Amino acid sequence: MNSSQLLGFTTFAYLFASILYIAIFVFRVEKISIIASVVTLLAFLVQTAGIILRWVESYQMGYGHAPLSNMYESLVFFAWSIAIFYLWLEWKFKNRLIGAFAVPFAFLSMAYASFASEIDGQIKPLVPALQSNWLIAHVVTCFIGYAAFAVAGGIAVMFLLKDREEEAQKRKGAEVDGLFSTLPALRLIDDMIYKCIIFGFVWLSVGIITGAIWANEAWGTYWSWDPKETWSLITWFVYAAALHARFVKGWSGKRIAWIAIIGVFSVIFTYYGVNFLLSGLHSYGSS
Amino acid sequence: MENKKGNSLWNFFASVKLALVTLFVLAVASIIGTIVPQKEEAARYVELYGKNIANFFQLLDIQDMYNSWWFVSMLVLFSLNLIVCTIERLPHIWKVVTQDNLATTNADRLGKMAMHRIFRGQMAMDQATSAVQQIMQAAGWPVSQADKDGGTLFFSQKGAYTRLGVIIVHISILVIFTGALIGSFYGYKASVLIPEGGSTSQVYQSNKEHTAIPLAFTVRCDDFQLTYYDTGMPKEYRSNLAVVKDNKEVYTKSIVVNDPMQYGGLTFYQSSYQPVEGQFSVQITNENTKAEQKFIISPRQENKWLTESVTFGITDMSGPDMMKRYQYKIWFSDSKSGPSEFWINEGGTARVKRPDATYILTAKPRFATGLQVVKDPGVWTVYSGCIMMILGLIVIFFMSHRRVWVFVSSDGQKTSILVSGMSNKNKIGFEKNMEVIYDKFAADSSLTALSQ
Repeated sequence: MNSSQLLGFTTFAYLFASILYIAIFVFRVEKISIIASVVTLLAFLVQTAGIILRWVESYQMGYGHAPLSNMYESLVFFAWSIAIFYLWLEWKFKNRLIGAFAVPFAFLSMAYASFASEIDGQIKPLVPALQSNWLIAHVVTCFIGYAAFAVAGGIAVMFLLKDREEEAQKRKGAEVDGLFSTLPALRLIDDMIYKCIIFGFVWLSVGIITGAIWANEAWGTYWSWDPKETWSLITWFVYAAALHARFVKGWSGKRIAWIAIIGVFSVIFTYYGVNFLLSGLHSYGSS
Repeated sequence: MENKKGNSLWNFFASVKLALVTLFVLAVASIIGTIVPQKEEAARYVELYGKNIANFFQLLDIQDMYNSWWFVSMLVLFSLNLIVCTIERLPHIWKVVTQDNLATTNADRLGKMAMHRIFRGQMAMDQATSAVQQIMQAAGWPVSQADKDGGTLFFSQKGAYTRLGVIIVHISILVIFTGALIGSFYGYKASVLIPEGGSTSQVYQSNKEHTAIPLAFTVRCDDFQLTYYDTGMPKEYRSNLAVVKDNKEVYTKSIVVNDPMQYGGLTFYQSSYQPVEGQFSVQITNENTKAEQKFIISPRQENKWLTESVTFGITDMSGPDMMKRYQYKIWFSDSKSGPSEFWINEGGTARVKRPDATYILTAKPRFATGLQVVKDPGVWTVYSGCIMMILGLIVIFFMSHRRVWVFVSSDGQKTSILVSGMSNKNKIGFEKNMEVIYDKFAADSSLTALSQ
């Protein structure tokens, strides 16, 4: 048993969990929804074992570093963060229908890591710039933030779909039992989006700060307007704006949902776009 | 405050709309600098974008956008917005934090709160008030009380100071900006290249002029080591540095990329290296006596290690090979017998067996280590701001100001106890707090709950 086998199994387990969640949502078989949760939890545990094993393997190869050092490892950790964040959300809100809008992200991240030709899954040694204890603190905090934002975006899509259906029903004046009627009330979904955003915002802030401290340790400058730094700040601005709009201007519902979706694009660009489209200090994240 | 209210400029800076617009414009403007390469030579922009656009960029300082007059002005506007908002909101927040809720709350307001419940009992007023004190104390909400509106009002609160979280986060951003300003006024970034065995007492500022900045001491580089993984990837860049003052070595440190040297308010970072043209570093150790000496030599020259009466030199070179390494041909003699001649890999080790002793010899190019030298007295201010921000965010998002009132009144026959509460955030969590309090009252056998 090696880490690639465990992580390969994880990919398919997340796929299976995604299918289950979508089936439960579309065919309204909420009674069996516990199976989806169990599969997700199982996938998460196997993935945890896979990540730990990869860590051990890197020591066996004589490199000895946490599996958080390149695109492949960060995608795996992204999926892991989404899974644990989603499971926590499911437990907190006692609702399994949101799984259809969150767990597929974990699968997509794993699938991309495993199957994209430009991503190398080999365990590689750490370049001197990454040999620091800040690596774990910085990557973990950023990715928990990203995961929360990704789930917020998924739930925002759920909000908009349900909202559209309800508007359409209002126009017709009929209480049709639409696809999205089983979803939680809009007010509740709105609260979930907000909770995900504040959670993500705190972790992103800590992620940016640990990155700044690390940069100062390694290069003597805590902020150099490197594209990655700048994009993380842009993402931070987007969510800061969303929070102000909500706190002070009383924005909620559709408008916050749209900002949550814009935020996800900003996160994707910060995480992925910068590595592949722009050059800068974070270029080691692209291989 | 009153005179400020009418001031439209003040209101402009105090508005949340300005904050939202500034955040949006800063976000969009920041994108430009991530797409257009920064701090390149002027010719590069002409090459990339053509003459007209390059001229336009020149006009707007796009080539150094984040330091341009308009971007800095945006940051100043952002700061002013923060300062004015803080000054505007602080008195209101402070009033809520410090207000006497017994005096400011009227009994008839309590029944209108979303969370309230009424209990009735046959007991007398003084019995009821002492029961309230006990119950609230036991529930973890010690009360203060006042007689008003024909009854007795009790009040207890938690987390009043959490309302200051917003102010803390806003000030933290200003603290970070202050740290950045301290750094830019009283600090500098510089660099210097020190060849192995060489030293410097000045560094060169990282600006166009590369202004020389004298140091209060001398920094010497004793050694630079470059090691690779077996995959050919660089593993470590290491420089052994020494600080020399009045010809005395006062401090030494071996630095690597993530572990700089701090001395005299300056920090020295390992940032680059380059070989010194036509010079080599050879280290020879006598295995028997452990005597050791390092030499900086030029090729095709005779070099002497006097204490060991060794003579040596590099007579030929070849390479580079697939690992990008050169090979050196070494000539080695100690006058005891004929000279030894052999090839050695760059960075490799050779054992030279001589009649009297065995020597270990390594040879590599003489490197110059590239150091980034930074003086930034603002760093700790920035870090304090960061800590403030995180603490403030935790307070804003995860803590709340919870207030509980109890009003005891009597209509002559029955005594009624009205329990009500309010929280500025996390209403669901607070409902659970209230349920605990309600249960304590309900558990008192002399009371009956009237309304849910």
